Amino acid sequence: MTEATETSETGIADVPSPQALMIDHLRNLLGDMLEDASVHQGQIVLRTGVTSIVATLTALRDDQHAAFNQMIDLTAVDYPERPDRFEMVYVLLSMRNNMRMRVMVSVGEGQAVPSITQVYSSANWPEREAWDMFGIFFAGHPDLRRLLTDYGFEGHPLRKDFPLTGHVEVRYDDTLRRVVNEPVSLVQEFRDFDFLSPWEGMQANIPGDEKASKDG
Amino acid sequence: MAEMQIKPITMNFGPQHPAAHGVLRLVLEMDGEVIERADPHIGLLHRGTEKLIEHKTYLQALPYFDRLDYVSPMNQEHAWALAVEKAVGIEVPLRGQYIRVLYCEIGRILNHVMNLTTFAIDVGAMTPLLWGFEEREQLMGFYERACGARLHAAYFRPGGVHQDLPDGLLDEIGNWAERFPSFVSDMETLLTENRIFKQRTVDIGVITEEAALDLGMTGPCLRASGVAWDLRKSQPYDVYSEMDFDIPVGKTGDCYARYLVRIEEMRQSLRIIRQCIDNMPDGPVLAENNKVTPPKRGDMKNSMEALIHHFKLYTEGFHVPEGDSYTAVEAPKGEFGVYLVADGSNKPYRCKIRAPGFYFMAAVDYLSRGHMLADSVAIIGSLDVVFGEIDR
Repeated sequence: MTEATETSETGIADVPSPQALMIDHLRNLLGDMLEDASVHQGQIVLRTGVTSIVATLTALRDDQHAAFNQMIDLTAVDYPERPDRFEMVYVLLSMRNNMRMRVMVSVGEGQAVPSITQVYSSANWPEREAWDMFGIFFAGHPDLRRLLTDYGFEGHPLRKDFPLTGHVEVRYDDTLRRVVNEPVSLVQEFRDFDFLSPWEGMQANIPGDEKASKDG
Repeated sequence: MAEMQIKPITMNFGPQHPAAHGVLRLVLEMDGEVIERADPHIGLLHRGTEKLIEHKTYLQALPYFDRLDYVSPMNQEHAWALAVEKAVGIEVPLRGQYIRVLYCEIGRILNHVMNLTTFAIDVGAMTPLLWGFEEREQLMGFYERACGARLHAAYFRPGGVHQDLPDGLLDEIGNWAERFPSFVSDMETLLTENRIFKQRTVDIGVITEEAALDLGMTGPCLRASGVAWDLRKSQPYDVYSEMDFDIPVGKTGDCYARYLVRIEEMRQSLRIIRQCIDNMPDGPVLAENNKVTPPKRGDMKNSMEALIHHFKLYTEGFHVPEGDSYTAVEAPKGEFGVYLVADGSNKPYRCKIRAPGFYFMAAVDYLSRGHMLADSVAIIGSLDVVFGEIDR
């Protein structure tokens, strides 16, 4: 397997993995823009700042040695409890090195991210999707419209505070002769089971626990 | 005659056009018969798969993958199974790996037969569709024999496959693999040198190597432009590293090259299927780690522990250690990836599905500019788009 070739697994402790060599090269290439770099399951994970994302990706694409020639995926993850709410993820592929990389960027709510459509054309639709699903604004995007949701949809569905059932439901109204939006009405409460057992998931003390801890 | 200014027309293609391969609304800005700009409006089949997966356990999330690219369901499941296996750290027994590769290649032929024959009917040839669906019917029969469902299989599980193949099925697949090459050559006699087919596809929708890489094309659409890149070779998963097969590469990057690449890929898939049948080892098909995979039905009758494991797995599910990962497989359409963020609980925190067709659809504007209206049908047909995976 070409992936997951970490030094410990190959058994040759002296030879650094290609990923480790690449990280060394990237430290020189990116300088201050590189905030953190690690290898996770055979793939490089970089961290950089919002303002330097375009410069970082341009360098990764144009550098002869790195040659990350494809942007495979672009997405975001929502962590509502963090000060910078969103984590942007850019998945890159270098065919020359047969190497994958993820570039991570933390983005606050309402903060604009520079669009990378000038660097990789494939980022056009994924950025529209991220705008649609998370409400992350991409500055400099040529055509930032909603992509997957309905015309006139409100809200950003993949945010953690957006309910699974949504806010509106649609039906065809025979008298109005068009599709109408109405608030969601559920015939039964949405069932979201918490299967975590008290032995594994629960942190609070169960009555009687104090006896066990006192006597050891 | 005095010079006349023709007013540009905006035209709606779809959302219910049969050549749109699903529900696609394509807004075309036309200058007479020539397309100036194509604006695909997608999302008519959006079901919120990624949001739903966040509310399901890792095992319950698996059947959603059948419903993405419903033409080759098991290839999608494979990506999810590999992603979860990587996160949990379990090994798949060899027989399980062979069965998965066998069914992935059956899925690839299912997909290519579907795509090539519907592509042919889009440009005016009806017979391949009628012949091809007979073959698909037999292949879906093999799906049904293995897992009980023709389409939405839910057969690949984290740790292997759900159950072993019934007796005699491998022989039947072998017999079918003997017959299938004659179907491929019959279909080629209808299309490959067909004058009408070539007039509709050669030099239509050309995409260069640089543009294909830039636009995020993967799979046959990238290989048709001359890039020899296939994840089954370059980053092999399961037992693909032990398989002997070739990667067909196109030269011209037009609709015709994409057709030729898929025809040859079907032949290469047959080679893999034969190798899987010949070398199929004996042994378990599912990892014997009852913290992740369910116990056998027979054990549950005798062992209290097995019963508890079964109950826990199908209610609470298993917990996946914290961390994120990106896993990709070479699905028939291209690179199908799963970016999985686990938070240590029994449900994924975030699951991003990278569908190859999403990027093909985004490239339709690039490909159809300057072409005639009728060519947009050939372009969409040759790209192999299925809206289940594009809209997710």
